[in-house]
Amino acid sequence: MSLLSLTRMKTSIGQYHVLHDVTLDVPEGGVFVLLGRNGAGKTTTLRSIMGLWRPSPGSVTFRGEDISGLHASEIARKGISFVPENMGIFGGLTVEENLVLATAKGRFDPARLKRIYALFPALEQFWTKQAWSLSGGQKQMLAVARAIIERRELILVDEPTKGLAPAIIDGMAKAFAEIGADTTILLVEQNFNFAKRLGDGLAVIDDGRIVHTGTMPEFAADTALQEQLLSLSA
Amino acid sequence: MNQLSQTLSPTLERLGGVYLLPVIVALIAFVLIGAPSSWVTLTVAGLSMGMMIFLMASGLSLVFGLMDVLNFGHSAFVSFGAFVAASALAYMAGWIGSESIWLNLLAIFLAFSAAIAFGLVVGWFFEVVIIKPVYHDHLRQILITMGALIVSEQIILAVWGGAPVSVPRPAFLEGSWLIGDVTIEIYRAFAFALALAVYVALYLVLKHTRIGLLIRAGVENREMVEALGFRIDRLFVGVFMVGSALAALGGAMWAGYETLITPALGGEIMIVVFIVVIIGGLGSVEGTLLGAIMVGLMANYIGFLAPKLALASNMLLMMAILLWRPNGLKPAVK
Repeated sequence: MSLLSLTRMKTSIGQYHVLHDVTLDVPEGGVFVLLGRNGAGKTTTLRSIMGLWRPSPGSVTFRGEDISGLHASEIARKGISFVPENMGIFGGLTVEENLVLATAKGRFDPARLKRIYALFPALEQFWTKQAWSLSGGQKQMLAVARAIIERRELILVDEPTKGLAPAIIDGMAKAFAEIGADTTILLVEQNFNFAKRLGDGLAVIDDGRIVHTGTMPEFAADTALQEQLLSLSA
Repeated sequence: MNQLSQTLSPTLERLGGVYLLPVIVALIAFVLIGAPSSWVTLTVAGLSMGMMIFLMASGLSLVFGLMDVLNFGHSAFVSFGAFVAASALAYMAGWIGSESIWLNLLAIFLAFSAAIAFGLVVGWFFEVVIIKPVYHDHLRQILITMGALIVSEQIILAVWGGAPVSVPRPAFLEGSWLIGDVTIEIYRAFAFALALAVYVALYLVLKHTRIGLLIRAGVENREMVEALGFRIDRLFVGVFMVGSALAALGGAMWAGYETLITPALGGEIMIVVFIVVIIGGLGSVEGTLLGAIMVGLMANYIGFLAPKLALASNMLLMMAILLWRPNGLKPAVK
């Protein structure tokens, strides 16, 4: 059984129909990548799953339970976390406060905190600094760390490499690979080289519709398909 | 203006940032006023006035920051707080006039508690019935909350009448302390101390509790707080209630400060409250405190130095600050 299933999901923002028919199964474990051109509907798909935009009609089921129509806070409590494209960190709060806010009971699990320090040493270094003062890469680390500070079953990540330096992207890829070992990640990405390193399965979305699903190794080997669906040249 | 602000900003930041502004204003006033005793009296009056305005404005700032709600009806809580406290104090005339400081304190405690309780209960009703249906619609928020302000003024007229209502002060708060040739009105010192205590309590809650953390995070990014598993709309009801109660407490203290109040009190104070919130930076309690202190000091200094400019001084202050810092002195990080 899939961890997450989207069935004929449609989402409109104001008068614009952004998602026309998104049907997708995300298997449990590993990194599942959602690829697509700018404006294809990737971010809208993640936000609709998270309940930040209401899909209607269609359904979103998580572990077999219909979560479409639930409030974002209820969806979060089901074990889904979200790293938005703009990172969504709270700039006026310290690194520690950003993380403690995401804990269920207001205190850290020492083992998880140790793991976060190991994944992102910079966060320990800037623990008491206000988040607005961090660099772009450090902010992204904080956003990801916040998503895993509690045990989650699914992490929705929206374009984590956007605007980051290559060295930071490399570190981020390693972190996602490690996180994906025990948590399912649904990753939206435009950087195909980054997605290729991490992805197990993938789907391609275009004009609000899923136009391809398959495995990453197959897709990475098929340059003609990449050119057709993403306008990528070899 | 931009060039001047770019030149001065780094120096100001090194010396304490925007927190230095009230000190600069006070020093300039010291030079212009000349007489140290008058300056001390005016400074205490300004600080006291500023702290009371802070109480009235802090809730409005948080309500806007947290839910993007423009509540023009906020000052109705100031008016009701003033009238409820005035009625309570009048009812306890015997205790107020008593020579026992304990009976005086009990009377003022009960009067202020009545105003706070009124703010909490009516704040809840106001949020659920009037604000909730117009979330995310600024035009309707302005229209409906302005309407609520007008209705509340009419209710005050119907209950308390149109004539000015005299507010009795407890005996221990009457008179002044004379220190050398400096005169400090006891009520102003009391109002300053009480409002400062409320600010410290508010600061501690915001900085050191989980609810405070949620409020500060919600002011910055409401949606992300919800994506972390919290219901901001439920938190907002609580913040709205506390904001209304603080406004009512501010109104109650203002009533004792003015000693004569009219139903137009809320409408008059609303302009000052909005100026303070805009100067301070929307959604920021620290900014609201800074803005309120600046407005209180300016009103007293200008009222002494150039009485004809007293009314315009706050507007001029707001214009100057917005030209320098368009988001206010200490805006919440967005």
